[in-house]
This record gives sequence, C-alpha cells and structure tokens, in this order.
Amino acid sequence: MADPLLRVRDLRTYFYTENGVARSVDGVSFEIGAGETVGLVGESGCGKSVTALSLLRLVRPPGRIESTSEILFDGQDLAKLSEKEMRKIRGARMAMVFQEPMTALNPVFTVGDQIAEVVRVHHGGSKKEAWARAVQMLETVGIPAPEQRATEYPHQLSGGMRQRVVIAMALVMNPALVIADEPTTALDVTIQAQILELMRELQQRLGTSILLITHDLGVVAETASRVIVMYGGEIVEEAPVDELFKNAHHPYTEGLLNAMPQVGHERERLATIPGSVPPPTAWPKACRFHDRCPYAWDRCATEHPPLYQIGPGHSSRCHLAEEPERRADKHEPFVVMAGAEGRP
Amino acid sequence: MSSIGPSSRSIVGRLLAHRSARWALAVIALLVVAAIAGPWFTAHAGHEQLDIVKLKNTPPSWRYPFGTDQYSRDLLTRVLLGARISLAVATLAVLLSTTLGTAYGLISGYAGGAVDAAMMRVLDGFLSIPRVLLLIAILTLWNPVPLSGLILLLGATGWFGVSRIVRAQTLATRHLEYVESARALGAGTGRILLRHVLPNIVTPVIVTATLAVGNVIALEAGLSYLGVGAREPTPSWGSIFFDGVEFFAGNWWVVFFPGVAIVATVLAFNVLGDALRDVLDPRQLHRSAPVTPGTQPRENG
Amino acid sequence: MRRQLAARLAQSLIVVIIVTTISFFVIRSAPGDPFSYESTTITPAIRDHWREQFGYNRPLPVQFIRYVTSVAHGELGYSFQMHEPVAVALAAAVPRTLLLTGLALGLSFLFGIIIGVLQATHRDGWFDRVTSAVLLFFYSLPDFWAALMILLLFAYWWPVLPAGNIVDPVMHDYMGGWEALVDRLRHLALPVLSFTLLTMAGITRYQRAAMIETLPMDFIRTARAKGLSERRIVWRHALRTALTPMVALLGLMLPALLGGALFIEKVFAWPGMGLLAAGAVAARDYDLVTATVIAGSVMVVIGSFFADLLHMAIDPRVRE
Ligand SMILES: Nc1ncnc2c1ncn2[C@@H]1O[C@H](COP(=O)(O)OP(=O)(O)OP(=O)(O)O)[C@@H](O)[C@H]1O
Ligand code: SF4
Ligand SMILES: [Mg+2]
Repeated sequence: MADPLLRVRDLRTYFYTENGVARSVDGVSFEIGAGETVGLVGESGCGKSVTALSLLRLVRPPGRIESTSEILFDGQDLAKLSEKEMRKIRGARMAMVFQEPMTALNPVFTVGDQIAEVVRVHHGGSKKEAWARAVQMLETVGIPAPEQRATEYPHQLSGGMRQRVVIAMALVMNPALVIADEPTTALDVTIQAQILELMRELQQRLGTSILLITHDLGVVAETASRVIVMYGGEIVEEAPVDELFKNAHHPYTEGLLNAMPQVGHERERLATIPGSVPPPTAWPKACRFHDRCPYAWDRCATEHPPLYQIGPGHSSRCHLAEEPERRADKHEPFVVMAGAEGRP
Repeated sequence: MSSIGPSSRSIVGRLLAHRSARWALAVIALLVVAAIAGPWFTAHAGHEQLDIVKLKNTPPSWRYPFGTDQYSRDLLTRVLLGARISLAVATLAVLLSTTLGTAYGLISGYAGGAVDAAMMRVLDGFLSIPRVLLLIAILTLWNPVPLSGLILLLGATGWFGVSRIVRAQTLATRHLEYVESARALGAGTGRILLRHVLPNIVTPVIVTATLAVGNVIALEAGLSYLGVGAREPTPSWGSIFFDGVEFFAGNWWVVFFPGVAIVATVLAFNVLGDALRDVLDPRQLHRSAPVTPGTQPRENG
Repeated sequence: MRRQLAARLAQSLIVVIIVTTISFFVIRSAPGDPFSYESTTITPAIRDHWREQFGYNRPLPVQFIRYVTSVAHGELGYSFQMHEPVAVALAAAVPRTLLLTGLALGLSFLFGIIIGVLQATHRDGWFDRVTSAVLLFFYSLPDFWAALMILLLFAYWWPVLPAGNIVDPVMHDYMGGWEALVDRLRHLALPVLSFTLLTMAGITRYQRAAMIETLPMDFIRTARAKGLSERRIVWRHALRTALTPMVALLGLMLPALLGGALFIEKVFAWPGMGLLAAGAVAARDYDLVTATVIAGSVMVVIGSFFADLLHMAIDPRVRE
C-alpha cells in the first residue's frame, strides 16, 4: 500500500477526572487508505467515540490527546497542528456524522443554512452560491423537493431525513475522510438500511474514505472492507472483513460474533458477553479482557499481549497466537461481574 | 430521581462542605441570635428617645455606632430590634406562600384537564399583577394593617411562582412509570401525592422558599419605605428608613445601616439558596429554564 | 401561525378580564371607600350623597359591572390628588415609565447577555467568579436602597448628576436643542443606571445558566466538527439557542420590573406610573390606586404578548 490517507500511531486520549485518569484510548494505531471503508466495532465504553473525536481533535477538557500520539493525515500530523490550522481540516478534509440526528442539528437554524455555513466558512463565496450548493447537496443525499426542505428547520424533518441532512453537511466540501459514529443506531430498521445504502453509494461515487463506527457487526459486514475491533481502549483485533467473519482470532471478537443476531431477527445490543467493560480509570492489568475471557490462563493476568500477526492484514492482541493449544481449554471466565449485562 | 428523595443527613453534610453555604449559614445564624438576644445587650430601649435636643441625628460614634435618628433614638438598638420583625415577618410569610403555592400547584398538576387549565388561567392573571402595586393598593386602602395582616398579605401574594414550579413537577411526575403503576395497583390519590409526587417537588420548593425569604425581607423594607409596611412601635428594618429617608442626604446613616443589614441578610439567603440548589439536585433544577428557581425575576422592592 | 396568534391574543384578553376582576374585588373588599377619610367639615349626609352619586352604596357585583363599563369607555375615575381624570394622569405617566423601563431593560439584556455568555464560556475562571459575586450582590440589593445609595453618591456627595425629575424644572425651557437633549440625558442617567444594575443581575444569572446548559449539547459539537471558529460557535450557534429561554424570562419578569420601576421612580422623583402610584398611596387616592394596579397589570399582559411574539420569532419550534 502506498502512503495511506490516514495513519494513526500510538494514539492516547486520557481524561483527567476527579475519579482518576480515564485512559479511554490507550495506544491505538491503524491506517485508512484512500477510498477505503473501515469498520470500528466494540462494546459501549471501549473508546470508539473518543478515538473518532481525537482524529478531529474535538476532545474537550478534561480530555487530552497525549503528546506521544501521531495522527498523520494527508501528510500532516494533526496532533501538532494549531487550533486554527485544525479548523481548516474539520468539515473540509475530514468530516463527521454523529449518532443522534435529533440533536446533532441546531434547532434554530434552517437545514439549508447549516449546510451552507460549512461552504461559507471553508470556501468563501457569496451566500447565494453557498445556499445553491446546500440545495444541490440535499438533492444528492436523496431528499425530495430540496429547495423547499432547505428552508425548513430540523424539527420539521423525520429522523431519517435529518440524518441525510447531517450526511449532506459532512459531504458538502467533498472531504477525503468521513467518520461516521454509529450513523444508524438511532434510526428505524428500514431507515437504517436506506442510510447505509446511501453512504455506500456516495462513497463509491465520491471516492471518500469512511471510518464507520458501530456496535453492529452486521452493518460492518455489509459496508466495510476491513474491521478494527476495540476493547478497553486498545485495538484487540484487526482483519479484512471476510477473514474476520471466517477466522476470528481474539476471544473478544469471537464473543461479539456469537452475540450477533441472525439475519432477519430483531437487532439487539452486543452485550451478551458475560461481564461488562470495566471503567477506563481502572483497566485490568495485562490482558484487559482476562476477567471475561473463557480461555484465560495465568499468563493473561500477568503479561500484556502485543498485537500478534496472525495472517496477511490480520492481527490479534491475544496470547493464544503463541499458545494455540490453549483454545481447547474453554472454561468459565475467572470473574464475572455479578448481574452485569453490559450497560443500559 | 428516586421516589424517596435525597436523604436529609447527606444534605446537611454536603451543605456544610459547601464553602459559600457555610458563610451564608453563619450569617443567618448570627442574625437569628442577634434578633433574639441582641436587644437585651444594648444600652437603650428601641423606642427610647435619648435626648431630643442634643442627640438628634448624631452621626455614628463610639457611643452610638450606627448614630441616632431624628427622634434621638439609638439606631444600633433599632436595627437589632428590626431584625426580629423583619426575619419573623419574612419567614412566616414565606411559610404561608410556600404552603399555598404547593397546594395550588399539586391540585392543578394532579387534577389535569379542564381544572388544570382553569386554574392556570387564574394563575396567569395573578402572575400579571405586579405584586408591589397590588400590595401597596391593599395596604393603603385597608390601612392600618396590623403586623399579622402584613404577614398574611405578603404570604397571599407570594405563592404564584411556587405553584408554577410545583405544577410542572407534578405533571412530570404523574406520568412516570412507577407512579402510573402505583395507581394501577390501587394507590389512592392522597397516597400517591404524599409518597410519590411530594418527594419530587421538595427540592425546588425548598430552594424557592429559601430565596423567597431574602426577597420578602427586601420587599417588606420597600413597602415600609413607601409608608405601608410594618408600623411603629415595632420597627422593621424598612420602617427605620421611613423615618430617616426624608432628609437622608444629611443623615445618611439612618438609611445606610439598616440597608446593610438587609443586604447582608438577603445575600445570605440567596447564597444559601444557590448552594441548596447545587447540593440538592443540580441536574434537575437546571433543566426547563423558565421554572428554574433562583433564576427567576426578583421582586425586591 | 396566524391561528396561534389569534389564540394567544384571546388568551391575553381573558387574562386582562381576570386581572381586572381580581384587582377590583381585592381592592373594593377593603373597608372604607374614597369618602370615608377623616374630616371634621364633611357630614355623614354629604358622604352618603357622594356614595350615592358615585355608586359606592350599591352591591359589589353591580359596582363591578359599572366599573367595567366605564373602563371600557376609557373612564377610569377622578384623581382627587391630581385634580384631573385618572385617565389623563395615567396617559402622561405611562410613556415616561415606558421610556425609563424600556431603556433599562434594553441595557440590562445587552450587558446581561454579554456577561452571561462570557461567564459560561470561562466557567469557574476569575472573570466568572468575580462577576458572579458582584452580580449576586446587586441581585440582593433592595431596589429602593440601591437607588438611594446611588443617589447619595452621585447627586449629593459627588454631585455630578441631577438628583431627580426628567428635566431641569427651571432652566430646561430656556435651553437650546442640544443643551436640552443633554439635560434630558443627564436626568435619565442615574435612574437608568440604578435600574440597569439591578435588572441586569438576574438576567446575567439566567443567561449564564442557559449557556451552560447549551454548550455541552450535541449540535455544538457538530458546529465544532464543521470547522467553525470558537467565536462563531459561541455567539451564533450557542447564543441563538440559549436566547430562547431568555425571551421566556422577559415575559416572566415584567411584573417585577414594573414593581422595580415604582421604587426607582420614587427615589429619583421620575414622574411616571410608579411615582403616581406612590403619591396616590400617600394621598389615599382611591380611583388612582385602583387604576394604576389595573393599568400596570394590563401593561404586563401586553408585554407578555409581545414577549411571546418575540419567542415565536426566535424559536422555530414554537412557531407551528
Ligand atoms: N468527557 C469525558 N470525561 C470523562 N470520561 C469520558 C469522557 N468522554 C468519554 N469518557 C470515557 O471514555 C470511555 C470511552 O467512551 P466512548 O464514548 O469512546 O465509548 P464508545 O466506545 O463510543 O461507546 P458507545 O458505544 O457507548 O458510544 C468511556 O468509558 C467514558 O466514560
Ligand atoms: S490474552 Fe488471554 S485473556 Fe486475553 S484474550 Fe487472549 S486468551 Fe483471553
Ligand atoms: Mg460512542
């Protein structure tokens, strides 16, 4: 692979809270190529959103990106840019689609205004041109009667429509990378499919790279070419989609796959792995999954596993890579937190 | 929010841990002590005219730290006596207005429907009448009004804001799942109000009442300044002004010292109210802005 | 939109009727009437004659209907103290009160909003702490006392500004255009300053709370992700949304505002409604007192109506 569009190295984002340092993202490295769609999955609280916000440098105090981190994007290290230079990237070269279309839009401005604002801020030009571009963008994301819709306020649109507006807003400057943080979680199932279809289509048409964050491995299977699995602020497994579904290596990934609802069944949250994600102020020592892992042995509680190379483009943070025979020894996890069924 | 409400011990503890709340409580405690015991320790009776010729309108001095008024009465004594009246009037009036407002809001919010709509229109009417104007009209025309009457009037015109808050909270609580299910299980209206609704409104009501005490002290002072507040021979802080304000450019101390007492008291109650809001339930109270107690318009007189 | 407006207007009318009813009965249920003041020269027979003439001996409901009818005809009674019809006295006073209150309100909102926003964006910093403490102090000042102290300071101890009235009672008529304007402004300065300081305190507290509630919202994060400058995010996106509760506050604070105006006018001898009411109180001017209460309430109702219009203009969500 030539120089990738995005190369993240040792990203660490810590929150300095009253209850201690929350190491929400703790040494994450990955790459995204031009035009590629990468899925980022993991349970609630494992650091997906903080990773996404870190890429755009949108982490607010008490959160901080540690100085070891490198975010090479388009040949610049975003971690070192000034706030002013960073603003030129946000919304223009790298954009974000948030989970909640209900609250992601400002209730007191028209949707056309909110899209046009991106154009005016990054591109300049007249108000009229920006507005025309906004209307055109609304049409692109499949909103009927875009001239009319542009003059409406968010509360006048349905959830699906609003998410289309958010997507239009993200794509209006034709960014190289779009980060979509659970773009469909808040929507009805039928609308979800439409929005995913739209994103796939636009991605092909515009050649945008997408980092798709989701709980839902099903969504990843349909959309992404490569998957990153996060747990406890770390990447625990990374593989091409087909490889992951066929040969998942990490016990956590295995758990996620087992918890996946069958096609056509009611969708539910991926929380059927016993126990729950520990708080980021107190990750377990060594392997962060060892208190929930059905294969764990003493080494897992004493030695932090590195990312082992499993195959081409496939790596896993699990000692089973060195001692595969242990896989036969499946047992109850050491500790199962009482009654914990993931977080509500 | 739990149906039991925050436990009282933790509230006192957290309040004492709150720095500005400690100050406010200390000031209020001092005032109460001064109001109860103060007049015994001063050299003169509040109404004693020391020497109408020589000691009329003397500026503050070691002997008379707050100076004397136009009738040669010692102002320090009068301010201490005034604390009694002002604090008592305000506390009783707020007790009354809070009870009235809570009852009105509970009934309106719980009854819902047409009853609620009608009660709210009437409340809109009350809320549109400037309290000060109404009070001076009544106090003028019913003149002379005894102290108990003043308390009743201050209470009877002070409950509108509380009832709005209580009603909003009652409406919100009424539709909570556990309240619905309690009703489905056959719990009576009284029981639901007492066990489920009341605990949810305690917090905003306490905060509002605390802030109201300071407000009413200032309001009573304003009425006295206009000549319709508490009357001789029982001086409130406000009625001391009334005696002094005519020539106040010459004997500023007559206006200044009772004013300082009022400001200190009102400030203490406001700080305490803010602290209570922080301590009791910051999240709940910052939502739904127009009924957030403490950020409401003041009626300071 | 139009239907909503009509409904709101109807509601205002109902409130006016309720207010008038409440005021009338509360005031008339007081013992005594305009003719029961103590006097040695007026015989009971004369009093009864007056009562008969002005209808004070009829049953209350009848009096009420008579009162409402005459109010509907623009007749608010006669002011014994001003020696003129109440309507005439009010007509002269109301614009002056509106001028004073309007100016103070405008300035209060301007400064209150700016300070409140800066407090929220620099939450718990020194600016927030200092201004919050100072404003809480202002918030705790009784209106009349604060006004008296400002008067003492700037009109007596350091006499830079006139102590009262709207213009110089002697010289104003001899002044030229420019000079006369300066004279007016100088007389406005102290009352407006006092009133603004007092009113601003509450508004700032409210604006701060509204901004603190708005800043963590999702759409602010969206605005950041769009690459907007912090200034644009705060002053356009956050403030526009946080202004909505401020308009609601405007409607709620009007009665208290009129009450405050009364004290400011009294202290600075500003001949508006407040001074009129205060004078009427001192003189037991029955009709004038009743009329000021009702006029004050009606002003509040009208004010709230406009506040609601403003709310609709500023918040698309209530505009259905
Ligand atoms: N502002 C903050 N202050 C303190 N801790 C934070 C903050 N933001 C996030 N965290 C912590 O960082 C951890 C990771 O949060 P993050 O939002 O990235 O999880 P996530 O994987 O996106 O979960 P979800 O699926 O629920 O969105 C969480 O445990 C959270 O408590
Ligand atoms: S390292 Fe051990 S505990 Fe961790 S995932 Fe692998 S087997 Fe489980
Ligand atoms: Mg998330």
